[in-house]
Formats: sequence, C-alpha cells, structure tokens
Amino acid sequence: MGMDSDLFCEGLVRRFGTNAAVDHVSLDVPSGTFFSILGPSGCGKTTLLRLLAGFDKPDEGDIHIRGQRMNDVPPNRRPVNMVFQHLALFPTMTVGDNIGYGLKRRKMPLAERRKRIARVLEQVGLPDLEHRNPQELSGGQRQRVALARCLVLEPTLLLLDEPLGALDLKLREQMKVELKHLQKQFGTTFVYITHDQSEAMVMSDQVAVMRDGRFDQVAPPEELYREPATPFVAGFVGDNNRLSGELVSVRDNLADIRLDDGVLVQGRVASDDLQAGHRAELYIRPESLVLSGDALSAGFSSMQAKVRTTLFDGANSRVEAESCGQPVYARLPQDGSAPRLPADSSIRLAWNPALARVFGADSP
Amino acid sequence: MIRSVPRSRLFDSLYLAYLVAFFVYLALPLLVTAVFAFNDAPFPSLPWKGFTLDWYFADGSEGRTGLFHDDGLLTALWVSAKIAFWVTLVSVALGCVNAVLFERVQFRGKEFLYLLMLLPLVIPGVILGVSILVFYSGMANDMSAAWGIELDLFRPGMPLVVMGQVTFIATLSTLVIAARLRKFDPQLEEAALNLGATPLVAWFTVTLPWLLPSIFGAAAMAFLMSFENFNTTVMLTGSDTPLTVALFNRLREGSTPVLNAVALLLMVGSALLALLVMGRSSR
Amino acid sequence: MKSSVSRLSLWLLLTPFLLWIVLLVLLPHLQMLRVSFQVRESWDTIAWGIEQYQNFFTESYYWRTFVRTGVMSLFTTFLTLIIAFPIAWYIARLARGRSKGILFLACLIPFWASELVRTYGWMILLRESGLFSSWLQALGWVDGPVEMLYNDVAVIIGLVYNGLLFMVVPLVTTLDGMDENLVEAGYDLGGGHGTVLREIVVPWAMPGIVSGCIVVFMLTLGSYLTPVLMGGKDSAWFTEQIFTQFITRFNWEQGAALGVLLLVLSSVIVWLGLKISGQSLRKVMG
Repeated sequence: MGMDSDLFCEGLVRRFGTNAAVDHVSLDVPSGTFFSILGPSGCGKTTLLRLLAGFDKPDEGDIHIRGQRMNDVPPNRRPVNMVFQHLALFPTMTVGDNIGYGLKRRKMPLAERRKRIARVLEQVGLPDLEHRNPQELSGGQRQRVALARCLVLEPTLLLLDEPLGALDLKLREQMKVELKHLQKQFGTTFVYITHDQSEAMVMSDQVAVMRDGRFDQVAPPEELYREPATPFVAGFVGDNNRLSGELVSVRDNLADIRLDDGVLVQGRVASDDLQAGHRAELYIRPESLVLSGDALSAGFSSMQAKVRTTLFDGANSRVEAESCGQPVYARLPQDGSAPRLPADSSIRLAWNPALARVFGADSP
Repeated sequence: MIRSVPRSRLFDSLYLAYLVAFFVYLALPLLVTAVFAFNDAPFPSLPWKGFTLDWYFADGSEGRTGLFHDDGLLTALWVSAKIAFWVTLVSVALGCVNAVLFERVQFRGKEFLYLLMLLPLVIPGVILGVSILVFYSGMANDMSAAWGIELDLFRPGMPLVVMGQVTFIATLSTLVIAARLRKFDPQLEEAALNLGATPLVAWFTVTLPWLLPSIFGAAAMAFLMSFENFNTTVMLTGSDTPLTVALFNRLREGSTPVLNAVALLLMVGSALLALLVMGRSSR
Repeated sequence: MKSSVSRLSLWLLLTPFLLWIVLLVLLPHLQMLRVSFQVRESWDTIAWGIEQYQNFFTESYYWRTFVRTGVMSLFTTFLTLIIAFPIAWYIARLARGRSKGILFLACLIPFWASELVRTYGWMILLRESGLFSSWLQALGWVDGPVEMLYNDVAVIIGLVYNGLLFMVVPLVTTLDGMDENLVEAGYDLGGGHGTVLREIVVPWAMPGIVSGCIVVFMLTLGSYLTPVLMGGKDSAWFTEQIFTQFITRFNWEQGAALGVLLLVLSSVIVWLGLKISGQSLRKVMG
C-alpha cells in the first residue's frame, strides 16, 4: 500500500444472493486526487461507494483509509463524508444548521461553529445564506450547500454519488468545472461516481471504468481515451467506430485486418489474444478519420464508404456514412472546408494506423 | 366539467346554487345552535327575546344556572379533558411506534398485521365499546365471584373509556403519522450518520423533526375525537360521566340554552385547536 | 450480533402494537363471541347454546330493525356520495387558489362539533317549536306548528350530515390527484359529459369513493345519537337494541349476540363493497 494513499482497498467483494455487485475490486487513491469511478447504471458503483461510506459491509476484502482498516468502523466514525445523489439536505433545518450538523456532533462550541459555517459558505461562493431553508435555494446552490456540509468537516475522503445528475445541462457543465476547482482549493481527496463519461473525463486525475462489478481499466482520462485497455472502454469512453473483420497478420505491433468487404486495413495491437484467421475488431475515433481525396498519406489505411447524411453540430459536426452495412462516423473539419457530401455519394475515409486499436473479437 | 372544457351558463348557475345550498345545509345547524346560546329565553326556539350571557354566567340566583356555575357540566368537562389527555398520549405514542414498524421495518407477516391494524376502522364504535365491556368487566366480575379479587380498574369507568377510545383512535393516528413517514427520504438518516451522528441521534435530530407536524396533527385529532366520542364511551363510562354523555342525559330531560352554550364552547375550542395545528404545520 | 440487535428492535416495536391489537381488539371480540353463545340458566350456572340467536330470528322486532338499519345505512351512504361528489369535484377541479382551501376548510367546520351538538342543531331546526316551523308559519304557508322531527326523513338528513365530511375528504384527495389531461383527452377523443364521467372520472376516483363509502357506512350503521334523538317511536335503530340489552336489561348474552350480528352485517357489506369495486382494504384505508 502506498504510504500517501488516502484510500486503499483490496479484493472487495459484495454479493447479493449469487450475484456479485462488487467483484474483487482493488483501488488505491493517492492523497489529494480526484478519483472517478465511471460505469453504466447497474455496474456496482453505488454499492462500492456505500461500502466505502460504511452503509454496507463487504463480504470479502479490506478497506483502508489513511492506513486504518475501516471494515468494522460504523459510518458515523469514518473520516469519510458523502454528497448524496439527491443531496439529502435536511429539510427541517436551515442551511447553517445543515452545515453545522456534523460540527455539532463533534461538540464544537457554538461560536466556533458559526465561524466555520460562515467561512465554508464563503469558500463555496454562498456567503450569508445561513438562515435560508434548503428548499428556497436553486439547484446549483443546494449542490454547494451539500458540498459545504461535508467539506466543513475536513474529511480525509469525500465521496460523491452522481450529485450533478439532477441539474440541467448548462448548470451541469458549469458545476463540473467548479467542482474541480473546489477540489484543488480544499485539497481533499474526492471519490466521484458517475455514468457520465464527460464528467469523469473533465474533473478527474484518475478514472476507473467499472463494468459488472469489476474495474476494466484505471488510468488518467487522456490515457483512457487514447489507449483504452478493453473494447468496452473503447466503446464507452468517447465516441468510437467499430469495424470488424478477420485478422490477417500481426507485425511490428501493427495488425492487418481484412474487413468484410475485402479491404485490408491496419491498426495498433491492443490486446494479446490476436490470432491470424480469427475475428478481430478495430476501433477508430471519428476525429481520427480523414476525408481523403485520391491522395493518401504514406502508411495510412483507408476504406470506401457511402454517405448517409451529415450531422451539423458546430465543432462536433460529423458525417454519417455506411461501410460493410455498419454506420461509420467521421468528424468534419472545423473550418467548414469539407466538400458538400450529398447522400449516397461515395467517400474515402483514411486514418493513421497508430491511432486505431485492434482487439480480438473475444476480448473481455 | 373542468375549467378548460366550456360549460353552459345555465349549468354554471345551477352548480353555484347547489354549492350555496350545500354550505347553508352545513352551516345552518351549527349557526342556530350558536345563536341560541345567547337568546334571553328559557327554551332555545323563536321568538328572539334579546341578547344575554346568562347561559354562561348566571349563578342560579334567578332560576337560571349558566354553564360556568353548573357543577355537573363542569365536572363532566373536566372528566372529558382527562380522558382525552390520556387517549391522546397513548394513541400518539402507539401511532409513532406503529408508523416506524410498518414503514421502516421489514418482517414476515407484515401485510397481515397491517390489515389487523386497520380493523378497528371497520368495526362500529358501539361494538368496540361492547366487546371491551364484556371482556374486561366480565373478567372483573368473574374474578370477584371466584376469588373475591376486586379489579376496579376493569369496571366501567375512566380507564375503560380510555382503553375503548384508544382502540380506534390509535389506528387513525398511526395512519396520519405513517403517511408522513412514508414521504421521508431514508437517505437523510444515512446523511446524518455520515456526518457523525449515532443512529439514535440521527433519529432525534432528523427523523423526529420531520414527523413533528404529523405528530401534532395526530394529537389534535385524537384529542377532538376522544372529546366528541359518544358511542364507545357510553358503554364504558362509570359514575364519572364525560361531557358528551352528560349532555345526552340533559338533552333527554329537555333542551335548555345551557346546552347551546356548551355546544358553542366546544365548537370554539375545536376551531382554536384546529387553527393552532394548521398554523404550526404551515410554518 | 447485527441480526440479534435488529431482532430486538423489531420486538420492541412489535410489542406495543401486539398489546393493543390483542388486548383491545382481538380478545374482547372473541370474548363477545363466546358470551353470545352462553345461556344463563340461573344466576350462577351457564350452558352453551344458540338461544340468543334464536331470539333474534323468532322475534320479528329484532330482525326487522336489523334489516331496516342495514337498508337505511346503505341508502344514506349512497345519498351522501351523490351529494358530496359535485362538491368534491368543485373543490378539487374548479375552485382555484385561496377559494379552494377555504371551501375545503368550510367542509370541515361541522366536525368541530360533536355528533351530539350537530344532532342538537337539527333538533332546534326541525322540531314542532323549531325554526323551520316558525318560518313557515311566518311566511303564511302553514297554519299551525309543523313537526318535522321524529321521522325517517329527519333521521336521514341527520345521518347524511354526519357522513359528509368523511365522503368529501377522500373524494377531494383522489380527484385532486387526477391529471386534468385525462379529462381533456376524453373530450378530445369525442366523449360527452356522461361518458367522460363514467369511463374516466369515476374509475379514477374509485379508491376515494370506496373509502368514503366504507367510512360513511360504518359511521351510519353504528350511529346511535342521530336515530335515537331524531327518529320516531317506530324508527328504531339496531344499535339502540344493543344499548337496551346492555344498559337497561343487563342481558349481556343477548346484547353480545346482537353485537356479533351487527359486526357480521358490517363486515359482509364492507367485504362485498370491496369485492364489487375491485379495491382492497389496504388501498382504500391505508
């Protein structure tokens, strides 16, 4: 275990009946980092968070916080605070009483409590709201009160259970950035769970992608995006095109694949179960596909596709085309320099094989 | 039929007339009762003989005894208040425990027990009184006959009245408190634990304040229902008659404006209690 | 250890409930049932038998009153529903803002007074020397005093009055929860007032209707003051006979038997009501 780990878990298992919601999960979160657990709903991330908070007990494995074993410590004694999905602000108390709740439990004198409440409200940008009721606040303000209620206790670890889910899109974008700043400002270790990959990518230092109770990959956001370790991660994090075909050969870390329409293309080897003659899948991101005329850069792979339609979305405009019966998306140049692409016209899509990832079709 | 669907003018005016008639029907008996508490005549009927406060304050010297000098009624009022106090206390306590039992705990046979809990609502009040009389008073009789043990507690009287009223009022207070508890987000308790509260502290600082409006509501309701109850009470009452039974006995002897005076007092009391509770819960 | 703690707390919560239900509801009713089958042969010897039930069926006075009470209670319940529904509809759907709350509270006002006071109010209005009689004479519509009390109509007026609140409240609650778009969709798809009411509104309000009807029926069937004080000499109510057996005749065995019969009647009718309307007790009461 790393000496500067705030949270260290090993082999955590939590079963419901025969189904393991958390299945041998290990994690190590260094002090002061923003750690996200990203996964689709039902992947076990909420169960994992409840194990960390102490609302549930693991069937196997250990939880250590700052080197202390936490398995038998009740939730109210753990140096861990949590921002709940629906915030769970106490409706019968004012904002100030909500924030002072934990301090009061620590028997902090009133004057000191008042000072801390005022200070933390200042820090989250809500000065002088002590006497309001939580029901009177806007969604973003309530979010901040929920954070302040935890941060005022200076926890070793702050757990956040998809707290942005209830906000509208615009506010969510804003809060993402703000959360990241607050985390840096307070220096508290955040463990954040979400199903929204953009939240995880923007805010985190490290992201764990979780599926069926296990971690597929734990990496910084950029690595997750550029070097997905499994087909699931490649498909779940960011947009991706998947082309399937038969593996012809592997050389110099590059794999040759024959697509179903007979075209031979190349991509980087991403898993070690590739065997010539077996099915394989190539993942290539829309922004890595270029619309090439006849001129092809050296070493690039390319394929023919038929335009279905173009999807204008500002900087994220794409063309939807079809190849081997499957849809393929390619990013259009941001400067609007793309030629007109009428439906059913034929285009050639090319890519640098170093940017494509090839997995065996049976990779996990 | 609804605001957005056009209605004919005739329909609207008929509907309005019906509403007015309905509220006149509701208000008339009470209004009349209240007004005749102040008629300066020995019998509550027309003609109107002028305004008087005799039916409250007359001391019996001129042949009239006002409510505040009528020892029989005042004693009965006090008996009713004592009964209502105990019924409220027991019913609300029981209601809280039952609400937690049915809303927060999972156990086998819960559905069945819930139906049992509802049972007193579908038993006529007379029967509730009769069955308790037969069981407890019968038990006291048998004990006395067989062993000479006197169980005065179980003879008709105040304890038995309290028991009889609690039987159904506890169901009502359970329903009121459980309805509020159902709207409570259990995550709030987890949040309290997470912020360092023990389970007991979490209950008292988070859950109980949430339930408080419903507890006050249930208490007011229990008090009023106990105060006004006749059917169950009359079966179980002993020598210390509560107010409704005393009023009933008076009424059989013939009506006097003192009865109107008591009725008005009760109405005002209930109204004040209701306003108090509503004022609290809206805050 | 954890499970034993939760077992302990379960029993702590369960004990008051069980004490209440067993000691105040189940045992007393079982004892009442038992006593109803006891035949007192002399002052200290008791035999088992169905004499009390035989009395009920052989003495026409008993069962006539029984049937009359049941039928009049059902009629009162029905009448209360018909009277309350438009009021509840107005409060739930047509009134807006403050007037909605005020009208709803106005419906509750009569229940700040006890049944006795309410009945007393009606007596002042309806009796021979009462207000209606005086007004009619003042208007010159009648020549002498008119007795409007002590008949079945007066009893029903009083009973409906007693039941209204318990009908209006559940109706308002269910109708309030109805999405107005449902009614609009009903009209939009070509329904008339009748079909919309029958096929959309009533089915939606069914839990409220059933719950209101059950409570009003129980109250009416078990009421004592209103029929006794407002009814005539020949309009006996079944509860009166139970009171008579217990309080004036001290014939507990006969009283218990009549009590059991009343309980059976009410249970059967409530059960039938639930079956016919397809509701469950839990849904309409809980």
